[in-house]
Amino acid sequence: MTSLATGTGPATAPGSVGAALETVSAATNDGYADLPRHLLAASDLSREAAIAVLDTAERIDQAIAGREVRKLPTLRGRTVVNLFYEDSTRTRISFELAAKRLSADVINFSAKGSSVSKGESLKDTALTLQAMGADAVVIRHSASGAPHRLAGWVAGTVINAGDGTHEHPTQALLDAFTLRRHLLGGAVRDRVGNGLDARHVVIVGDILHSRVARSNVTLLHALGARVTLVAPPTLLPVGVDEWPCSVSYDLDAALAGADAAMMLRVQKERMDGAFFPTAREYTRGYGLDLRRRALIAPHGIVMHPGPMNRGMEIAPAVADGEGSVVTEQVANGVTVRMAVLYLLVSGEGADRV
Amino acid sequence: MTTFAAAQEFSEREGGRPAPVLIRGAAPYGEDPADVLLAGGRIAAVGVDASVHPEAADAEVVDGSGLVLLPGLVDLHTHLREPGAEDAETVASGSAAAALGGYTAVFAMPNTEPAADTAGVVEQVFRLGREVGLVDVQPIGAVTVGRNGSQLAELAAMASSAARVRMFSDDGSCVADPLLMRRALEYVKAFGGVIAQHAEEVRLTAGAQMHEGVVSARLGLAGWPAVAEEAIVARDCLLAEHVGSRLHVCHVSTSGSVELIAAAKAHGASVTAEVTPHHLLLTDSRAESYDPVNKVNPPLRPDPHVQALRRALADGVIDCVATDHAPHARQDKETEWAAARPGMLGLETALSVVCAAMCETGLLDWRGVARVMSENPARIGGLADHGRPIAAGEPANLTLINPSARWTVRAEALASLSRNTPYEGMELPARVVATFLRGRATVRDAALAAGAAV
Repeated sequence: MTSLATGTGPATAPGSVGAALETVSAATNDGYADLPRHLLAASDLSREAAIAVLDTAERIDQAIAGREVRKLPTLRGRTVVNLFYEDSTRTRISFELAAKRLSADVINFSAKGSSVSKGESLKDTALTLQAMGADAVVIRHSASGAPHRLAGWVAGTVINAGDGTHEHPTQALLDAFTLRRHLLGGAVRDRVGNGLDARHVVIVGDILHSRVARSNVTLLHALGARVTLVAPPTLLPVGVDEWPCSVSYDLDAALAGADAAMMLRVQKERMDGAFFPTAREYTRGYGLDLRRRALIAPHGIVMHPGPMNRGMEIAPAVADGEGSVVTEQVANGVTVRMAVLYLLVSGEGADRV
Repeated sequence: MTTFAAAQEFSEREGGRPAPVLIRGAAPYGEDPADVLLAGGRIAAVGVDASVHPEAADAEVVDGSGLVLLPGLVDLHTHLREPGAEDAETVASGSAAAALGGYTAVFAMPNTEPAADTAGVVEQVFRLGREVGLVDVQPIGAVTVGRNGSQLAELAAMASSAARVRMFSDDGSCVADPLLMRRALEYVKAFGGVIAQHAEEVRLTAGAQMHEGVVSARLGLAGWPAVAEEAIVARDCLLAEHVGSRLHVCHVSTSGSVELIAAAKAHGASVTAEVTPHHLLLTDSRAESYDPVNKVNPPLRPDPHVQALRRALADGVIDCVATDHAPHARQDKETEWAAARPGMLGLETALSVVCAAMCETGLLDWRGVARVMSENPARIGGLADHGRPIAAGEPANLTLINPSARWTVRAEALASLSRNTPYEGMELPARVVATFLRGRATVRDAALAAGAAV
């Protein structure tokens, strides 16, 4: 086992970043054996592997905190490609920042203005990236399973940044990271090594089409949390009863004493009467207003993966109010994605390939 | 087999009459072994008469010991892709695949480009099949113009064409309009036709990628619910009974459809049904790989449906096995799941898959295989010379099977132009050794017969 700093050459100054990162490696040692080659779905992570990612994120956060140059040399010389077939400025920027803070070379390959818009197949794009020697490909795609296909065509690590209505595992990791910070105590030592056992998270909204919900149910369950999904029946998939969570149509009842409420965005195209009669009726039944906010446990938090429809699934007073961690989620996203890239793409990951 | 090929070529020069063949010691229907003599395109003699028959003297002898002899298989549901998608399959390559799979007749679905919705197109496909000469290619006509579901095609013109079309289908699409479906069912009564329905309520399958259930929920793939098939099966069974016409239900895939068809039959409706080999063997868990080689329409279903389909085929509620052989060019399968076209190869693996699903489970014997893969489809499709008994005087359309062989499916080794088999790497039971079309070998030693090559 080499430390996070070793292998990045003599650039590491002793006693500063290097020392902090020794701790990162030491703490996550046990998780390594367990880490997947690719991160395609939350189910790729065992409880131990998920905790290793969260712990690594904590240490990275510590290592960077207060530094003038918020950059680690870990992925120097490695190439990370952001392959985005869907518009998603926030996720792309988050991954880009994470890779750059690890000193990787980052290439943004978006569907617009590239060979993709000329009709190139995913496979041909994959072979192109392969030929260019990408060490990791971060892919966002409108088709469920596209990252699985890509993983079969490239030698590097594939990280799913959201595929269709399937999964968005780094979103679930950043949500778990955020939950742990708020529900497990203020000191890092209270959190490191721990899951979210017995915490109750309520996920509300368009479960049927939500990759965020799918990843969160799997990951939060693996971390020991209790999950309740709340949605109108039309926005729950057939087969949801097999998921490791409970399902309710009654938001008030579900929120009572919950540790967190995670509100999902309702897409405009679902509002035209196909899944529920009107936006107003949806808000009445499934929107988080101040009255419902008060039902959550006093220490409870309000989460949203963004972008929010203010006044639809979440009232502005709740989104901006006490216990709302929406912007913190965004900040944590960068840290958690750094942890994922570090664990999967650094020398440790490459050795396993 | 040089001597055989030479003899055959000689006989062809003599006027197209194949040389006599004496199959020694094969077991018709897997029952008691009996010699079978083929001469003049017919079965000349069976049993002790065969070797003493005058034609036996010059006959080429085929050692059939340990082999099973069945009537040549008949496929009611083949996509040959010609005209229009010759990079995926042609009448020639599809015919070769069929012959190697033990088939002597295939029904070609009309979802070509242009669609087989006129006498001209069906005659073209029919003629191409004849020229290739490996199997009898019987075109199916489209029900509606361009398979658009809005206006009846000239069904009578196709029926009276050289192709003598009797089965009509918009397969790939459902004849969704209930009034149009009623009119089609009524109209084909005039010439003894049958409407083969692709049962899919499209309002319930918008964007659908796989069976709607536990697996689709987890994989985030839009669901194709069983009820979308069953709603149309129920409607069409009622319509067929109401107008007193014949309905054939294509690729039945759900236990609910089985119950509806059983009820309709019990009620006296003229309803027949087919099941594909893949729906008898594979389940929706195949989608977990996201490899679109497992994408098919109707989709693979969970195991309880598979078990119900097997029982229904064994007890006759489902009349026959039809392959839904659906070749696709590589670029249409080497994609993300949602972008891939649905369909699987079937002709060269059907018999083996049926053996694995039905024979090895004790649900069917070889007599039963002959019934569901030859006799019943020939009867439903109206082919007088196929699916006949193995008896003196009958057309010599036969297939010879090694029941104890096991083989591993390799896409690269298939005769189809396409490679989209879901059975890649699977070891399957039973192998077609030889196929005879009107007494002439199209397949010998599990390969296309010399002289039969296209």
